[in-house]
Amino acid sequence: MGCICGHDSESREKYLAPLKSILKKYEREERYLIPILQEAQGQYGYLPKDVLKEIASYLDLSLSQIYGVVTFYAQFHLKPKGRNVIRVCTGTACHVRGGAEVLKAIENELKIKSGGTTDDLEFTLETVACIGACGLAPVIMVNDDTHGRLTPDKVPAILQNYRAREKAAV
Amino acid sequence: MIVYPEGVFYCHVEADDVAEIVEEHLLKGRIVERLLFKEPLTEETIPSYQDIDFYKKQHRIVLSNCGRINPESIQEYIAAGGYEAAGKALTEMTPEEVIAEVKNAGLRGRGGAGFPTGLKWELTRKTESDKKYLVCNADEGDPGAFMDRSLLEGDPHRIIEGMIIAAYAIGADEGYIYIRAEYPLAIERLELAIEQAQNLGLLGKDILGSGFDFDLHIKKGAGAFVCGEETALMASIEGKRGMPRPKPPFPSVSGLWGKPTNINNVETFANVPYIINYGAEAFNSIGTEKSKGTKVFALTGKINNTGLVEVPMGITLREIIYDIGGGMNQGKKFKAVQTGGPSGGCIPAELLDLKIDYESLQEVGAMMGSGGMVVMDDSTCMVDVARFFLSFTQSESCGKCTPCREGTKRMLEILNRICSGEGREGDLELLEELANHIKETSLCQLGGSAPNPVLSTLLYFRDEYEAHIKDKRCPANVCEGMGAVYVIDENKCVGCGMCARVCPIEAISGKPKEPYRINEDLCISCGACAAKCPVGAISQG
Ligand SMILES: Cc1cc2nc3c(=O)[nH]c(=O)nc-3n(C[C@H](O)[C@H](O)[C@H](O)COP(=O)(O)O)c2cc1C
Ligand code: FES
Repeated sequence: MGCICGHDSESREKYLAPLKSILKKYEREERYLIPILQEAQGQYGYLPKDVLKEIASYLDLSLSQIYGVVTFYAQFHLKPKGRNVIRVCTGTACHVRGGAEVLKAIENELKIKSGGTTDDLEFTLETVACIGACGLAPVIMVNDDTHGRLTPDKVPAILQNYRAREKAAV
Repeated sequence: MIVYPEGVFYCHVEADDVAEIVEEHLLKGRIVERLLFKEPLTEETIPSYQDIDFYKKQHRIVLSNCGRINPESIQEYIAAGGYEAAGKALTEMTPEEVIAEVKNAGLRGRGGAGFPTGLKWELTRKTESDKKYLVCNADEGDPGAFMDRSLLEGDPHRIIEGMIIAAYAIGADEGYIYIRAEYPLAIERLELAIEQAQNLGLLGKDILGSGFDFDLHIKKGAGAFVCGEETALMASIEGKRGMPRPKPPFPSVSGLWGKPTNINNVETFANVPYIINYGAEAFNSIGTEKSKGTKVFALTGKINNTGLVEVPMGITLREIIYDIGGGMNQGKKFKAVQTGGPSGGCIPAELLDLKIDYESLQEVGAMMGSGGMVVMDDSTCMVDVARFFLSFTQSESCGKCTPCREGTKRMLEILNRICSGEGREGDLELLEELANHIKETSLCQLGGSAPNPVLSTLLYFRDEYEAHIKDKRCPANVCEGMGAVYVIDENKCVGCGMCARVCPIEAISGKPKEPYRINEDLCISCGACAAKCPVGAISQG
């Protein structure tokens, strides 16, 4: 992986082709900036600088303005993420029912802090304030799956499951 | 699961139980006693869901369809009486009449502040403009709240119908639903519902032959709590950083792209079809003098029945927690209930008989907020709760105004040191002083309400703060590093000796296979032993 900027124009062209087809769907108006960023991130997994530059020139906005928007919203990131994204709920209901211990267990298991990504790019760990499944507190989401009523000792098995899947898929 | 027409309610049903239900109940007409609901307090089994306390005390207006119709079918919504109100409003009523009905009903905003909805519509209607917008606030960022999510997932057409009526009343031809990206299922159902409504001519040009045009777009949020604030939300729709701006001008005068804009919460819109169908009196006969109708709460925490409840305004907290919520989990003692999320406060046991409405909650230092209700027992530390909410608002502060950006940070630092046993004399006074300044001078209500959880816990649970500061003790045993030493439960200890090996200061001694002991005078409360113990025999005592 990694950025292809500075490379010959052909590979750059190829790299940006998916973005161009996203851009085509939108008019050149500022109001489409956030939906474009959302789609671009869905495509690339994160928001590389080249992608942002291209969006800036398409919408005729300055790069700094786009950077301002990207860094304002928690959803966007400028660095690559792990193949599995774990989101630990730290909302009220989860907090009261022991969400912090669950977070700690995951941090210990993966040896990363919230916001970090494991070196092998298997997992990214994030926290989120309430995913609206408070009845199941404490809750984590791994990718799009919700795991509820957790205790720290259930953590290793759940994570192992995703690692295993990863291997099986390869 | 509920079996109609008798309304027999089975709970904790697993896939393996289904065969038995089909065999016994559906074929032979015999109720499967084993799976019936038991009242947690009386242990009585109750077959019909209408008789269960959890449902009996509720009054379902906005949730009336949730769980009963297929949310992905517009036909089912119509069969349940859906879109009748929109038809009535658009073809039989003038916009002024619609506004008058909503005003008479006394509907107030369910998004937090409780502003009268009819009045807001009237203000937007009266502003002259070639273009007006209608916005539905589905950002639901309050941790511990999931009412709007459930409504959007369970009955999306009700929101769309409410918006059609509102758009007609104010004269808007374009609307946005701003929804959290964290709610993918709700987004999917809304998209489907909008498409279905467009296909039937309920959205788009010349709706129901009335000559009225209205179309709807969905905007996905990108993860910023402050975007629930209306001016920030509109900036976000415009593609900017979602930062609030000073008011006035209010959105009803200058909102999206400078045009008059009316913004309401999901649940507010969900009440509108009922009011148009059944009239203002049917609605305003429910509730208290100033707060009419019902409110949906997300009941969670240390309570037996968790979930969404819709109750008439004016119900007491005790009824919600004990009758509907089934009382405290594991028979523990009730300590406080938190309402209103990070803008609200904690209400203690003495006030359980409070009749809840917008005003009464505000008077006791809490807030209706969007409707999160988290019940806490005596294993919850109130200082930690206050710190939790403040760390939430502090990290979500957009940074535009100084009191909120700097002030909440300083308050959080003080709370952090109190929770780690380093609180100082005078800290509580300092907290109060900061809190009041922040409340008065912040740009938006994020800062304006951020100190509430701290102020309300200081008011009702000051002794807990003092125990942390003076005695270096956390009464609920939540805060770590408070100096409370660890002890080994002799009955649980298996004598493995792991604790003694990890203890950094060799304060633990014992013989293999016999209970170990911690020397209280040496223990530095690091917690390493408790983390290592394989049988959970070590705790802060
Ligand atoms: C920090 C902050 C967050 C808010 N979050 C929400 C929210 O998630 N949902 C909502 O409906 N209103 C929220 N509000 C209130 C809105 O600003 C606005 O008052 C509301 O959408 C108006 O609708 P209503 O009159 O129907 O209540 C928030 C306000 C603030 C200050
Ligand atoms: S607080 Fe965790 S899902 Fe709501």
